Amino acid sequence: MAYQHNPPATSRLAQSIVASCLAIGIILAVLVAGKTTSGPMQFHAFIVIAAFLIGIVAIFNLGGRINDEKHEPSPSGVFYNNGVIKYGIIASMFWGVVGFTVGDVLAWELAFPVLNFDLPWTNFGRLRPLHTSAVIFAFGGNVLIVTSFYVVQRTCKARLAGEIAPWFVFWGYQLFIVLAATGYVLGVTQSKEYAEPEWYVDIWLTIVWVTYLCVFLGTLWRRKEPHIYVANWFYLAFIVTVAILHLINNAAVPISFVEPKSYIIYAGVQDALIQWWYGHNAVGFFLTAGFLGIMYYFVPKRAERPIYSYRLSIIHFWSLIFLYIWAGPHHLHYTALPDWAQTLGMTFSIMLWMPSWGGMINGLMTLSGAWDKLRTDPVLKMLVVSIAFYGMSTFEGPLMSIKAVNGLSHYTDWTIGHVHSGALGWVAYVSFGALYCMTPWLWDRKGLYSLKLVNVHFWISTVGILLYICAMWVSGIMQGLMWRAYTELGFLEYSFVETVASMQPYFIIRAVGGLMFIIGSLVMVYNIWRTILGHSAEEATPENIDNAIAAQALGE
Amino acid sequence: MKLLDKHAFFEKNSIFLLIGILIVISIGGLVEIVPLFYLENTIEKVEGMRPYTPLELAGRNIYVREGCYNCHSQMIRATRDEVERYGHYSLAAESMYDHPFQWGSKRNGPDLARVGNKYSDEWHREHMIKPSSVVPETIMPGYPFLAKANLKYSQIDMDLKVNQMIGVPYSDEQVENAIADLKAQLDEDSDDYDAFIERYPTAQVRDFDGNPAKISELDALIAYLQMLGTLVDFSLYNESENNR
Repeated sequence: MAYQHNPPATSRLAQSIVASCLAIGIILAVLVAGKTTSGPMQFHAFIVIAAFLIGIVAIFNLGGRINDEKHEPSPSGVFYNNGVIKYGIIASMFWGVVGFTVGDVLAWELAFPVLNFDLPWTNFGRLRPLHTSAVIFAFGGNVLIVTSFYVVQRTCKARLAGEIAPWFVFWGYQLFIVLAATGYVLGVTQSKEYAEPEWYVDIWLTIVWVTYLCVFLGTLWRRKEPHIYVANWFYLAFIVTVAILHLINNAAVPISFVEPKSYIIYAGVQDALIQWWYGHNAVGFFLTAGFLGIMYYFVPKRAERPIYSYRLSIIHFWSLIFLYIWAGPHHLHYTALPDWAQTLGMTFSIMLWMPSWGGMINGLMTLSGAWDKLRTDPVLKMLVVSIAFYGMSTFEGPLMSIKAVNGLSHYTDWTIGHVHSGALGWVAYVSFGALYCMTPWLWDRKGLYSLKLVNVHFWISTVGILLYICAMWVSGIMQGLMWRAYTELGFLEYSFVETVASMQPYFIIRAVGGLMFIIGSLVMVYNIWRTILGHSAEEATPENIDNAIAAQALGE
Repeated sequence: MKLLDKHAFFEKNSIFLLIGILIVISIGGLVEIVPLFYLENTIEKVEGMRPYTPLELAGRNIYVREGCYNCHSQMIRATRDEVERYGHYSLAAESMYDHPFQWGSKRNGPDLARVGNKYSDEWHREHMIKPSSVVPETIMPGYPFLAKANLKYSQIDMDLKVNQMIGVPYSDEQVENAIADLKAQLDEDSDDYDAFIERYPTAQVRDFDGNPAKISELDALIAYLQMLGTLVDFSLYNESENNR
């Protein structure tokens, strides 16, 4: 017991202050509900009132929950806050399945437009932001929040800062997701990609996010380790950068404080670059830096090997965050964005290849001396394949940022395929790996319910991803070429709709690939659920397999 | 390497780590974004650009609400095939009053930057209600509900007011008369017609959805689509003067 902490307790004062803030929020929401002319905003006000009421009740009933029901410190003497992380694991799986399913519905809608049903709430235009937000912010965001809460406590040997704050971050974030998602379906959007929520939802997210930053920093300040571990550098960079991106990109003026409609303060070309500065760094900091934090903790932990190179980590970290921020203009090649900005964006995007692969090497080489574990541990296999997909899509990205390549790939499915090789192969796989790791550790189980099912999940999803990205490569490159095909007489060969009609087979293959990915994720949900319940499929565990191999080798 | 050993400083001081991150991530954004606001050649000098009429703005808001940008770009790139397919490449000036921009990033459907006046109002009506009735192979969903929905325009003056506040050159007169102007654009015989045309000389005036009895969301959307890319007078545009 090197570091003895006191068992955590709630403070009456903190409870009262937070509850009062929520009460003020309720009063504001009642005013909005009464005055607005917008049905969706009234609906949102009612959701907020209900959520805040539940929040007030929950704040005063926190006592039983804060000590993880056990009131026991970890072996190192720390009372970790595990309760909020357990909730987060379940939320991550829930939103993951929702987000994947909406995505696949969209894929089928493109293949068979009748599935749009010509209704406002089911049309592609309203559902697509629901898909992107659900997978990026709801699934990815929950994974990032819970893994960062998990990792920062273990690597700092300290309990999460605050008792109410981590719960506020978790539930506040779920409220953000619900408001954003229902808003899209009801037509409340500011139409900036990956930043669709309207001004009042943005303000709510800002409050939640700043609290998140405070919890994270506060935990770092409590640390009993002299050094801040590398995973936490990445998490910190992710949290602060996303805050800045969010605030600048969403600067808007609402037409009234009781109406959802607002106008972004930037216009045209400036708005375009600010949007893609935001959009590409949503990829760079949300979907990369944050998930690299996961890699830097869970891969060494699972492989039981230290990170390959500490120095490479330092170079990886600083060069990655420095270069990523420049890459946005590659979304605007050959557009009305001035050429100097396009060239800068392309140059830095190509340079970005190097730190990305530095990180990939650092992750993969961590397995030096432990590669044999891939045979027996499908969770580690998932983590390693995620790093391989990271390497692949961070090679493809710089390639596509070259103007000549982008001239072909932009506006086509190639971009969609590229995003999904990163999102499914890298982000989702490293997340699944982390969820598979954390569940038995947190619920005190000997292992997962079934490693065989992890293997099933791995293979179904991998085949699904391959179908997806291959179909998109073919359809994207084909459509790009058809758009620029000329006849012998010098006329454009294809009308636009001819190029659309030729996409259908690939749309179907993609939708099937997506369906396989969903099936895989459902297998995971089942597996993790049984693990939480404490069941075991009683199959050969890795240890048993190892023993069997060793026994064979000894000729016994 | 000695330099890397000094990194321990950041690892032991979370505040300096935080400050370091803030500095490193600021540089790229500052260098790329800030000049766009003060370099005078960022937006080309053109003739003909004007703010949206209230009806067009309401139509644009429907375009935004339905997420049309998810499948349609409004940005013709400066390449031979795009210029031949869609018309003159898009200028930054053409979206200078767009809050937010709608350049898009994916073409599940064709570019719309110059769709204005390419098809008749009737074609647009049929197309929005049932796209496959005019383009059999289309994968676009139908929007039959737009023709049935009454356009909500009682607060359109507030929309213009906010646009004025953030830099769109609406006159106070245009803001004050926004609701009357919205109705006037739908009816050539209305009493407000002359005043409207004085305020928006190049606006197209007619009943867009073919149902004079009703101001529908479809009216507004078609009014918006029919003016897209039609404002700039390219006979007066000097390409070499606007090289960037």
